[in-house]
Amino acid sequence: MRNLKLIIKREYLARVRNKSFVVMTFLSPLIFVGMIVFIAYLVNLNSNVQRVVAISDESGQFISEFKDSDDVKFIDLSSVETEAAKRIVEEKEYYGLLHISEFSENTIPEIQFFAKEAPAFGFLDRIERTIADKLTNRQLLDRGIDVDLIEASQAKVEIGIQNFSGERTSKMSTYVKMFFGGAAGYLLMMFIIIYGNMVMRSVIEEKTNRIIEIIISSVKPIHLMLGKILGTSLAGITQFVIWVILGGVMLTLVSMIAGVDMAAMHGPQQQAIDQMSDNELQQLVMDIARLPMLLLLVSFLVYFIGGYFLYSAIYAAIGAAVDNETDTQQFMLPVILPLMLGIYVGFFAVIENPHGVVSTVFSMIPLTSPIVMLMRIPFGVAWWELAISIALLILTIAGVVWVAAKIYRVGILMYGKKPSYKELYKWLKY
Amino acid sequence: MDNLLVAENISKQFGTFTALNDISLEIPEGSIFGLLGPNGAGKTTFIRIINQITMPDSGRMLLDGHPLRPDDIKHIGYLPEERGLYKSMKVGEQALYLAQLKGLSKAEAKERLQYWFERLQIQDWWGKKIQELSKGMAQKVQFVVTVLHRPKLLIFDEPFSGFDPVNANLIKEEILQLRKEGATILFSTHRMESVEEMCDYMALIHRGNKLLDGQVNDIKRRYKSNTFEVGLVTADAESLRKELESKFRISDTEFKSINDDLKLQIQIEPSASPNDLLIYLTGKAQVNHFVEVIPSVNDIFIKTVTTNA
Repeated sequence: MRNLKLIIKREYLARVRNKSFVVMTFLSPLIFVGMIVFIAYLVNLNSNVQRVVAISDESGQFISEFKDSDDVKFIDLSSVETEAAKRIVEEKEYYGLLHISEFSENTIPEIQFFAKEAPAFGFLDRIERTIADKLTNRQLLDRGIDVDLIEASQAKVEIGIQNFSGERTSKMSTYVKMFFGGAAGYLLMMFIIIYGNMVMRSVIEEKTNRIIEIIISSVKPIHLMLGKILGTSLAGITQFVIWVILGGVMLTLVSMIAGVDMAAMHGPQQQAIDQMSDNELQQLVMDIARLPMLLLLVSFLVYFIGGYFLYSAIYAAIGAAVDNETDTQQFMLPVILPLMLGIYVGFFAVIENPHGVVSTVFSMIPLTSPIVMLMRIPFGVAWWELAISIALLILTIAGVVWVAAKIYRVGILMYGKKPSYKELYKWLKY
Repeated sequence: MDNLLVAENISKQFGTFTALNDISLEIPEGSIFGLLGPNGAGKTTFIRIINQITMPDSGRMLLDGHPLRPDDIKHIGYLPEERGLYKSMKVGEQALYLAQLKGLSKAEAKERLQYWFERLQIQDWWGKKIQELSKGMAQKVQFVVTVLHRPKLLIFDEPFSGFDPVNANLIKEEILQLRKEGATILFSTHRMESVEEMCDYMALIHRGNKLLDGQVNDIKRRYKSNTFEVGLVTADAESLRKELESKFRISDTEFKSINDDLKLQIQIEPSASPNDLLIYLTGKAQVNHFVEVIPSVNDIFIKTVTTNA
């Protein structure tokens, strides 16, 4: 135990004092915040441009429907002949020319848009809708139907969702759950890849330094391996915490100083929130409050630690099996594949149906369960499912650590051999 | 003399490859024991079993009369052949870490390190990183770390490789000093002259089998062939040579001398006495040089390994 503590301490300090680690820790939030500011700037820049569109409306019925807005300005060129109008648009570098032909009753006018470049999709959509609305209204009127009456008789329906115990939820609650689960799963994957790799590199480093034999004449290889995994994960947690704090502080600072409206960035989401009634907003807060926070936190810890342990043991074994980092490629697939699978299953199957067969099965298979189960938990998972999943995970960790320790024990003393899977299997029996 | 380390019928297989085949050895307390063998003989595997890095398939390893326990690593100091240190860690910190892994407390480790660093005159390396040191300098640090916890048994695997002659000699003196202080030393090497110079006992293993072991002098006695190297001054070298040829098995030899006319190796019957040969020779010529030919460890090594190939 004393040695394990010593190893953890050394590994932790070795990681934390590493120059590139320090640089990454303090530079990453800067880059991250810088990117956000940059994107916000770009978005603002883009929306500041006002497009000028010329309209040549031969029918004269639509021109009044097109109102100027922040980003579009309309110019009436109906009095000019089409060819001449085109020339004007080209000369003055307008965005384009909308041409609406003369039409008789019960037909639809021919509408054309002339432009140097293909117009934006959203812009076209808006024009089409404006014309269609006007036409529809006209045709309704022509057929003797009162448009106001139709509008007045439109019914608005909102389904109040409740579960059997009477708690009210909203559509938003699904998004809230998705967000919490998805963030947890994604975080775990990133953590495994970043710090698992770090464990692997540190094993390879000890091999290439040839210090390994000196160390394991004092400590058991399994202690060295565990110490490495734990020390590296502590360094990882340190880095994560610094990232969150620094990132948060800097985001606040930047948004205060530069006055950049961070909310403006999430265009559609922001609009959605704007459109929500106070009632719905309240509901959202309640949805978040009603998530099983304690369960979420505990299971997050269990799956986070379990998943990280499982994978970093594999990473350690890979590091022990090879002589240098280039040789690790052939063993990377079995690590990356289940991680990716977990993320994809999470983002597609779980969101579609959190309790479907696919979601359930993948939240049981130990290599994918940490990610998939973390995504499922906000939607409510039966306790026995959790129990089975965690039990399977723990059993697998025990097995994988045992196998990894064997490969590790033999591998760290092997030099100059490029091992195959067959070779690794043989090592298990040494 | 008591045996500090006893290996009883140690065998180890790696897959189909036999690394050690039923090896039994006894290493007396306070001795310097040379473990010899060509590359791939199984020396390193044997040493790793002593260090409990590798477990034997069968057989027992006894230290101080009891089977090896995990705790025994405190009593063993091991300088492996494949040795290195953390490149980006400072010398002092690293030495402290390795010493603490051997069970020393931090304060104790620091005190002893200071003693050793002063003794080897490397105090000013304390704050340097290993990557700033030369290979020989790093090896001095490794040596200190190996002996720091005052182990009963010291194992050196090719200790002198990588040292320049001055430092090799320094380390040799330190090893002899440690033996004086009571340590038992196991050498693994294929550099015969260091065995010749330092070892009391030796064992030779080849392809996992022990070919011979025992006290170095005993082994030499076993391998000697009652041959004497003589240098004679005589007026008629040719006739004397013919006369000797008819009585003994002789061969020409070469050694440095000022005025010998005849330089020969003469082999006598095991039962015969060297004195009789000397008396016979003094009657024929002036004897300037009369030395028994003792086989070097190198000769024994080559002879044993090639005859068992």
